[in-house]
Amino acid sequence: MNAAAIYAVEGVLLVSITSDITDTDIIDLQEALSKRIADTECRGVVVDISALEIVDTFVGRVLAQLTSVARLLDAETYVVGMRPAVAMTLVELGMYLPENHTALTLSHALDKMRQSGLIDGLRRG
Amino acid sequence: MSDKILETTLEVLKEDAEGILADWIEQADEDGAKRIDLFSEKEERDQAASLLRSFRLGVRDASKDGEFDLQDEHWADLRGILSEITHERVERGVLPGEMAALILALKTPLFERLTEKLESDPERLIEEVLLLSKAIDAFAIYSNEVFIAEREQVIERQRDEMMELSTPVVELWDKVLTLPLIGTLDSLRAQEVMESLLQAIVERQAEVVIVDITGVKTVDTQVAQHLLRTAAAVRLMGARCIISGISPKIAQAMVELGVDVGEVRTRSSLRSALMDALTSVGVAIRPINDDKRNAK
Repeated sequence: MNAAAIYAVEGVLLVSITSDITDTDIIDLQEALSKRIADTECRGVVVDISALEIVDTFVGRVLAQLTSVARLLDAETYVVGMRPAVAMTLVELGMYLPENHTALTLSHALDKMRQSGLIDGLRRG
Repeated sequence: MSDKILETTLEVLKEDAEGILADWIEQADEDGAKRIDLFSEKEERDQAASLLRSFRLGVRDASKDGEFDLQDEHWADLRGILSEITHERVERGVLPGEMAALILALKTPLFERLTEKLESDPERLIEEVLLLSKAIDAFAIYSNEVFIAEREQVIERQRDEMMELSTPVVELWDKVLTLPLIGTLDSLRAQEVMESLLQAIVERQAEVVIVDITGVKTVDTQVAQHLLRTAAAVRLMGARCIISGISPKIAQAMVELGVDVGEVRTRSSLRSALMDALTSVGVAIRPINDDKRNAK
């Protein structure tokens, strides 16, 4: 599975989605990610979609599902790096992703997670 | 009915073109359709002459054809010249009514001549007058349509220009942007606003965005919808959106319309929104003490 890779960064799981991701990749990702969350017992997931140029309702729904799955496993999900065109399309499609947290970039998301105590404060600085 | 419709009209137009032209201009003058302040005598005459000429050609072709249909190709030439002249007149500020009066003034000289010619054949006279009158009316209407189209183009252009002027995204402080909205917010503008706002968020790495609607005259369900969608898109980008400048009146209107702002923050004034925004990026505004002020 190359289209989406999962990395462990500063106590959170970072998922990076590339532009050529297919629908099957996304389903694989969902499975792999939920496994990793359960294994590592991490409490934060960051989904970086800055490489994603096109979204449809399917991708939107999977993003929402990832979040719901993560929440059941006691992890909060941040979607970061959304492009303006993608944001507009999602709004156009009526997918406001109310469950997701959002942040501009990975570092913004990490900051927010630290503030809300999702990441161990000792790691700071 | 005769085989050749408008035959006598064509004859009249051929025989006495100069006379008709002179009478026409005189009649137009009487009807108040002449604008000496905008057009010289010669220009007026040239325009009328070219209209009359293509009108004659149209009548000729139509009478040969034996059918009378204003959508026919016979009249294409006339329509072309008509829209050209109308275009020129719009630019100089002629009123649409005046343009129509000018065209309608052609009736008098033509009818007078037809009456003379067809004195002995009243049936034929009525037939030709009826058709001719129909034709001239149609061209008056056509010129009016051209007028309206020209005006619409002007409006379109102005709207485009306004659109460019009306979406300034201003950086108030590091990570804080504001977008003062003024005027009306239709779908097209809302789209434009959203695009430039989201682009600015990426460029300036903004965390808080204040959309100020103090200058928006009315908020109906559609405008509210646009605002909320903009706020939702801003949130998806990872920034926070504050809508400020909601007057008591607008607040009441929104409640009456059943608009649910959900999690979007709203503030009555830009001032309180700014305080809120600065607090969330960890900046405060406070008065400087007197010593410092005096030192400056």
